[in-house]
Amino acid sequence: MASLANVHLGTPFLPSPASLRGRSAACGVGGVAPRRAPRIQAKIREIFMPALSSTMTEGKIVSWAKAEGDKLAKGESVVVVESDKADMDVETFYDGYLAAIMVEEGAVAAVGSAIALLAETEDEIPLAKSQAASSSATMASDGPAASRPVADTAAPPSPLETAPEALSSSPPSSNFSPVAASSAHPASEGGQRTIATPYAKKLAKDLKVELGSVAGSGPMGRIVAKDVEVAAAATAAAPVSTAPPKSVSNSSAVKAPASPAIQLGTVVPFTTMQGAVSKNMVESLSVPTFRVGYTITTNALDDLYKKIKSKGVTMTALLAKATAMALMKHPIVNSSCRDGKSFTYNSSINIAVAVAIDGGLITPVLQDADKVDIYSLSRKWKELVDKARAKQLQSHEYNTGTFTLSNLGMFGVDRFDAILPPGTGAIMAVGASQSTVVATKDGRIGVKSQMQVNVTADHRVIYGADLAAFLQTLAKIIEDPKELTL
Amino acid sequence: MQASLSLPPAAPRSDPGPAVFRRSAFRFCGLRREALGLRSLRPAGSTRIFRSPARTPSRKTVTAVSGNGIGSLSKGFDYDLVIIGAGVGGHGAALHAVEKGLKTAIIEGDIVGGTCVNRGCVPSKALLAVSGRMRELQNEHHLNALGLQVSSPGYDRQGVADHANNLASKIRNNLTNSLKALGVDILTGVGTIADTQKVTYGKVGFPDTEITARDIIIATGSVPFVPTGIEVDGKTVFTSDHALKLEWVPEWIAIVGSGYIGLEFSDVYTALGSEVTFVEALDQLMPGFDPEIGKLAQRVLINPRKIDYHTGVFAKKITPAKDGKPVLIELIDAKTKEPKYTLEVDAALIATGRAPFTKGLGLENINVVTQRGFVPVNERMQVIDASGNLIPHLYCIGDANGKMMLAHAASAQGISVVEQIGGTDNVLNHLSIPAACFTHPEISMVGMTEPQAREKAQQEGFEVSVAKTSFKANTKALAENEGEGLAKLIYRPDTGEILGVHILGMHAADLIHEASNAIALGTRVQDIKFAVHAHPTLSEVLDELFKSAEVNTGVSPPSVNEPVTV
Repeated sequence: MASLANVHLGTPFLPSPASLRGRSAACGVGGVAPRRAPRIQAKIREIFMPALSSTMTEGKIVSWAKAEGDKLAKGESVVVVESDKADMDVETFYDGYLAAIMVEEGAVAAVGSAIALLAETEDEIPLAKSQAASSSATMASDGPAASRPVADTAAPPSPLETAPEALSSSPPSSNFSPVAASSAHPASEGGQRTIATPYAKKLAKDLKVELGSVAGSGPMGRIVAKDVEVAAAATAAAPVSTAPPKSVSNSSAVKAPASPAIQLGTVVPFTTMQGAVSKNMVESLSVPTFRVGYTITTNALDDLYKKIKSKGVTMTALLAKATAMALMKHPIVNSSCRDGKSFTYNSSINIAVAVAIDGGLITPVLQDADKVDIYSLSRKWKELVDKARAKQLQSHEYNTGTFTLSNLGMFGVDRFDAILPPGTGAIMAVGASQSTVVATKDGRIGVKSQMQVNVTADHRVIYGADLAAFLQTLAKIIEDPKELTL
Repeated sequence: MQASLSLPPAAPRSDPGPAVFRRSAFRFCGLRREALGLRSLRPAGSTRIFRSPARTPSRKTVTAVSGNGIGSLSKGFDYDLVIIGAGVGGHGAALHAVEKGLKTAIIEGDIVGGTCVNRGCVPSKALLAVSGRMRELQNEHHLNALGLQVSSPGYDRQGVADHANNLASKIRNNLTNSLKALGVDILTGVGTIADTQKVTYGKVGFPDTEITARDIIIATGSVPFVPTGIEVDGKTVFTSDHALKLEWVPEWIAIVGSGYIGLEFSDVYTALGSEVTFVEALDQLMPGFDPEIGKLAQRVLINPRKIDYHTGVFAKKITPAKDGKPVLIELIDAKTKEPKYTLEVDAALIATGRAPFTKGLGLENINVVTQRGFVPVNERMQVIDASGNLIPHLYCIGDANGKMMLAHAASAQGISVVEQIGGTDNVLNHLSIPAACFTHPEISMVGMTEPQAREKAQQEGFEVSVAKTSFKANTKALAENEGEGLAKLIYRPDTGEILGVHILGMHAADLIHEASNAIALGTRVQDIKFAVHAHPTLSEVLDELFKSAEVNTGVSPPSVNEPVTV
């Protein structure tokens, strides 16, 4: 980051005459710091955050008057900066092109730090841009200036470009009656139109979520803020968890936490995904949850698994299938409370399965797990996991779950409890199946494989008796699993 | 009793009667029109600032032209003065009439208090008081900065609604009691002008009681303006009348019109958890404000909140929610009339301004033709008939004449009329009437906007200067952690005349009066800058503002008050 001294070296930026009377600004523009890129020193200038008052230590970018690529003439106002005292237009003393904006509107930068790059000719814009990308990555690790990194690493897996405003993507004719269609999401009219609330749109822009790929859970399929957050958490999980390490070097700091090397003694800000996870987790605190546990004997399930393993059936699929079949008989446990006033009975049973990969977390969804046979379900599961690794999960493949499974049994964890994902009614934590000494029915001592499951549920809709009945059914299915293969 | 909710059409639109509703100038019509009117009255701003040695301290604040006093009261009438409409305008006029010794009656067909007290400024202030507190309590960052810890603030909708309703009842009772205590007769019924100096009143269609009055004031006010194509059901598509009852808080509400009314409701709704979409016919939000203030308002009141907007569009058709369908708002381009988009929201608030309530007044009996419903008046509020002649003894004040649709403007006009009736000629200076928008933070203004001032300056050949101060530099504002804000002074550097003052910031609505009083009294910048302000107060924002102005003339000779030596 440029030092404060730079501010007073040549002051090519001055507040425009329209700015506040009696205040002076000194905004530094200097040659590129040699330590970064000595080759391009002469032609690309950095625009620094000016010191607008003697007490100013940092400034907020109110708005950029110019966009990247715009030609600047000497004396033109380029940016409005808010200091501790007032707002001020800042103008340039050089002709050139605004090549790269390094600190976006609304972000804060320390006095003297670079906020944009000015290229002398149009040809130098790409060079400046690449320089901006690398320097913003550098800055991200050591200063507030990069609170919003320029590089977009949280891009959604869909091939679409960044979220278009719903307004601009509207069809030319609006004589239609949008509610006439009675599809699942009538508001979207088959994807042509996106109905998203103002806050959902803002969030989508901030979190870089493509609105068209988000499934709306609001009235008439409307996309609400929560849907965007869920989508952001899920989309961000995929790229972060599967990014090859080599890509970290040429990208912004967002990926840094994903790399295995954790620098002790540092404070690393959340990535977009981690921020969204954090938000979701905090949001879950507003849901009154409770937990009910159950011990299930798994000998029969284990036997079945051994038998059909060769046909590609996985334990995850078996557990999902068993859970879905139990949910069929207890639709209440598959419901959720969206508004604090009503039950939302989901029409399909979609089992989301939490998968942890390299510090990321994603929940691929086995849709209609009650209807799909165990073999197809197993194939589907494999496909979802592969897609997740390849960052190709579509939004409906990770955010349409109605009931979540979290299994830590493979790590030998015998019991734990899970946090309920917002928007769903229940999540089941599955522990490891272990050989246990038990008293058998006939009064003898025997050894059986048993696993503990623990369901966390939203007590506004799902009561203790509901869970108890559900778990009883689930235990019956797992202990006598022949129906699973039907 | 502020008047933010009785301003002129906030979002000019609508296909019928488009002539004025579509003109942006109309947004601030009172000021703009009056500015023109005044220009014809007074040559080049020379008369506004009195420095005549003959001026006495008790002199009225408005320009006094030669008196043509009527003299002693006429006899043979039931009343000296009959006022039709007991809103804030009628009330103000009645009070002043009693003070002047006039036998006064006020006719009210609905409830005392009119729009302001019952369906406007008063209940909306109750809602805004709640929203302001909610906003503070929800702003964790702000609270933490003050060292406060508050956990999960919430509200009870019915409780909030009751507060608004109770406030309206209380103020209504106060008004009624003050009228009764002063001996003003409150006549219940709908008033109709039967002839010059003759009014009938009674139930609608049965004007069975006739009274005579030496002078009559029409003060019938206005109702929310609903453009054609918009179906108001009072539940999901409604006007401010319904919204103030706060029967529910929609998750997503579209507000059609981004003037004062719309802006204040956006403040209320977003504080209570709604998301808001503005629909504005002009190309920018809040077109009535000084552009610089509007820009800041957008940054402070719109961008950080759960609000988005469509500008340059008309709501051609709005269908209330029914049969499980949401509220549908068909938007068309304001210029090309091409269909642009269809909004699907939970509710729509129509805040497209207010239309005069002048039907059934019997204006045809005296050959008066309304202009888009407004009663035509001259600068003395005297009603003008179809042939352009003044009708003797008939005046119209407030929203019904459309000069400046503000409660306190109506009241000031009423007082001005009573002065004339009492024999003192009186012309109200509308440029000294402040206006306020009670968002958080508040916005207030008096006089001209910068573009208006520059236009006038160009026509009349004088210089205009602008001074600005920020709330960020004010100790009290920083103590409150409310440094967001700007005060702007538009003045003549040659004479020091104040042309306009605009404030966005904490308590802006209360701060504006120093400026409006200065304009009304003709105080110049170079004089008021020596007035002392208590420290530390928000008023120092204006102190600094006046001090930062550069005037090329010396201090005026003492004239307003003789200095008192102690």
